[in-house]
Amino acid sequence: MDINFSEAELAFRDEVRAFLKEAWNGELAEKAKQPGSYKDVQVGWERKLNEKGWAAPLWPVEHGGAGWTPTQSYIFESERAAVGAPDVSPFGLKMVGPVIYSFGNEEQKQKFLPRILNADDWWCQGYSEPGAGSDLASLKTKAERDGDDYIINGAKIWTTLAQHANWMFCLVRTSNEGKPQQGISFLLIDMNSPGITVRPIVTIDGEHHLNEVIFEDVRVPVENLIGEENKGWTYAKSLLAHERTAIAGVADSKRNLAELKTLAAAEVNGGRAMIDDPLFRQRICDIEIELMALEFTELRVLASMSKGNGPGVESSLLKLKGTEIQQSIQELKLDLAGYFGTVVQDAASAEAVGHAFGDVARRGFMMSRAATIYGGSDEVQKNITAKFVLGL
Amino acid sequence: MNFDFSEEQQMLKDSVARFVQDEYDFEARNKVVANEAGFSQENWQKFAELGWLSIPFSETLGGFGGGATDTMVVMEELGKGLVAEPFIASVLMFGGLLQSTAQSDERDALIGGIIEGSVQGAVAYAEPQSRFEMQDVRCRAEQDGDAYRLSGEKSLVLNAMSADKIIVSARVSGEQSDEQGIALFLVDANAEGLSKTSLRTMDAQVVANIALENVTAIALCGANEGLALLKQMRQQVIVALAAEALGIMEKLNATTLEYCKTRKQFGVAIGSFQALQHRMVDTFMASEQCKSLLYRAVCSIEQGEDVANIEKNVLALKVMVGKAGKLIGGEAIQLHGGMGMTDELDVGHYVRRLLTINAAFGDADYQQQRFAELSLAS
Repeated sequence: MDINFSEAELAFRDEVRAFLKEAWNGELAEKAKQPGSYKDVQVGWERKLNEKGWAAPLWPVEHGGAGWTPTQSYIFESERAAVGAPDVSPFGLKMVGPVIYSFGNEEQKQKFLPRILNADDWWCQGYSEPGAGSDLASLKTKAERDGDDYIINGAKIWTTLAQHANWMFCLVRTSNEGKPQQGISFLLIDMNSPGITVRPIVTIDGEHHLNEVIFEDVRVPVENLIGEENKGWTYAKSLLAHERTAIAGVADSKRNLAELKTLAAAEVNGGRAMIDDPLFRQRICDIEIELMALEFTELRVLASMSKGNGPGVESSLLKLKGTEIQQSIQELKLDLAGYFGTVVQDAASAEAVGHAFGDVARRGFMMSRAATIYGGSDEVQKNITAKFVLGL
Repeated sequence: MNFDFSEEQQMLKDSVARFVQDEYDFEARNKVVANEAGFSQENWQKFAELGWLSIPFSETLGGFGGGATDTMVVMEELGKGLVAEPFIASVLMFGGLLQSTAQSDERDALIGGIIEGSVQGAVAYAEPQSRFEMQDVRCRAEQDGDAYRLSGEKSLVLNAMSADKIIVSARVSGEQSDEQGIALFLVDANAEGLSKTSLRTMDAQVVANIALENVTAIALCGANEGLALLKQMRQQVIVALAAEALGIMEKLNATTLEYCKTRKQFGVAIGSFQALQHRMVDTFMASEQCKSLLYRAVCSIEQGEDVANIEKNVLALKVMVGKAGKLIGGEAIQLHGGMGMTDELDVGHYVRRLLTINAAFGDADYQQQRFAELSLAS
């Protein structure tokens, strides 16, 4: 057993630190604090990563990726989270990119991959539908062939940041034969096509992240089909194998927990800092101990992958435990804010409210509830673990 | 970075696993614990021949020179077999403490005896009033020439009935809970003035309450060194207990899973019910998380990280093992239904060992408060 990084890995870590110091500079970090700056900051950040050749750590080098080992990727993630720099927007770099280089044709690769790497396009994911959530294969959005086009009719829902997107990767039904999984195709759709309506869905944090996307006789050229017709389910599933290591969010949770401790030392009740409140201490420690364990669970997965053995059974914990911890930290932060966790700050300044982090805590708590729903809900994750790990 | 075992460690692990599989099934184990001593002297000699009793001792003392990883692999396998022989009490606690005290001919001879299986030892640190605080010591030591005389009471001393020698913590000076003024003493288990009341704990170990009245003793360390030595031993033994607990949790989870795959109700295997599947996923995750913290603690010890870091990792481990042990034990009984309540099934025996491990050296609640002091200094 040896948890040391190699000399080369340590040198890489130094390079990452130097890069982050330069790239996550005052300007971007300041901008990130402004409301409504999300897309600008993401695009600016991803272009800096691309300049360095680090936009897509795990893509093969031939497609413009960094070709990192899982350990290098882990080191980068840890360092990135430690300075509070954002993760990349996943839809292009982590989701559709790997599908295109794995299953797309040469034209599609040349057209889309460089633009994904440089954040020239904003992608959104068209999977869930009003009638198809955890049971995704029951999706009904229809694509009918008409000459060189498909004509799309139907609706997608919970489409994250579709209001920014100019492209969608979309699962559509091209056949009703056989099992539901067998009639699904993987299409790339230009969001500026006539017949597409994007309707905002305001979430319980009061913000607009989600959308419903409605398709009415939308024409999509057949050249935008990935791979073969009716094989889309296979391509979509392969996505799950990518980027497994960062799914636990350990590095971000460590940063958030450290911040929580700092806040708890400053927050006072009856003359006593909340960090000295016995029950509050217990709740922090409950989370910290789980997080300390999860950090090593992630390292175990990483060690296994570094040997080329695949992620191992313990990888099934990463999302379940990772999201449980994320939610627990948000819950603690909301409770720490006390009365001020209930305030909707809107346009008022933190000074006018009289408290700095209550509004952030409220929004963070409400939004964190999504973590156990998206990307395979807790219950679906447990079904999968029961089946594939426990053999039930 | 890797979590692989060395070839030597893998062989050690395999040899313990083979012993458990070939010679220590549940029936054999029941016979062993029915002995008055609570274990089998024959098995103990076998452990000596296989070299297991030498693991934590340095090579200069005739030992294997093993580290935390070696102890871990042995304990995990002993846990799977619910092995009752006093490896922890005699080798890790008594032997471990002896090894950390100053060199003397008697010390080296005793360690040699442990290694060859001829010496049994025990450590008496808890008292009727002390609960989990090792510095709460009423037992007094009065100097008498070169030796000392001990008077007081010690509680639930593991392996005391079989021990040849007992290490006793006693107060040379100071008040009942002072950290200073505690030394460790070696006494003969059959010394005049020492009386033992034999008891059993729920995991079938034989323990004893001990009363001391002017018992002749030799000091093993200075008056202000005893507590630190005890704490160091506690840290090492907690990691070993956690490895044993992990072996037990893995065994219980496997037993429960197998039962749910074969037990039929309503015409189907009960493992097909989602309510049960999700509970088994929870217990699987709990044992994997314990394994991760065990590796974390062991790695930090092996790499010589700073003392506070190691202590924090070990405390986190003890907390999680205590809680996960209750969860996994409780679910194993629940999912076995009525069978889970019967003493003829091994499940309850494993659960009782997990509960004993939780209490050992301070339970999860106690250790979590100590963890908080390290983690949340305001």
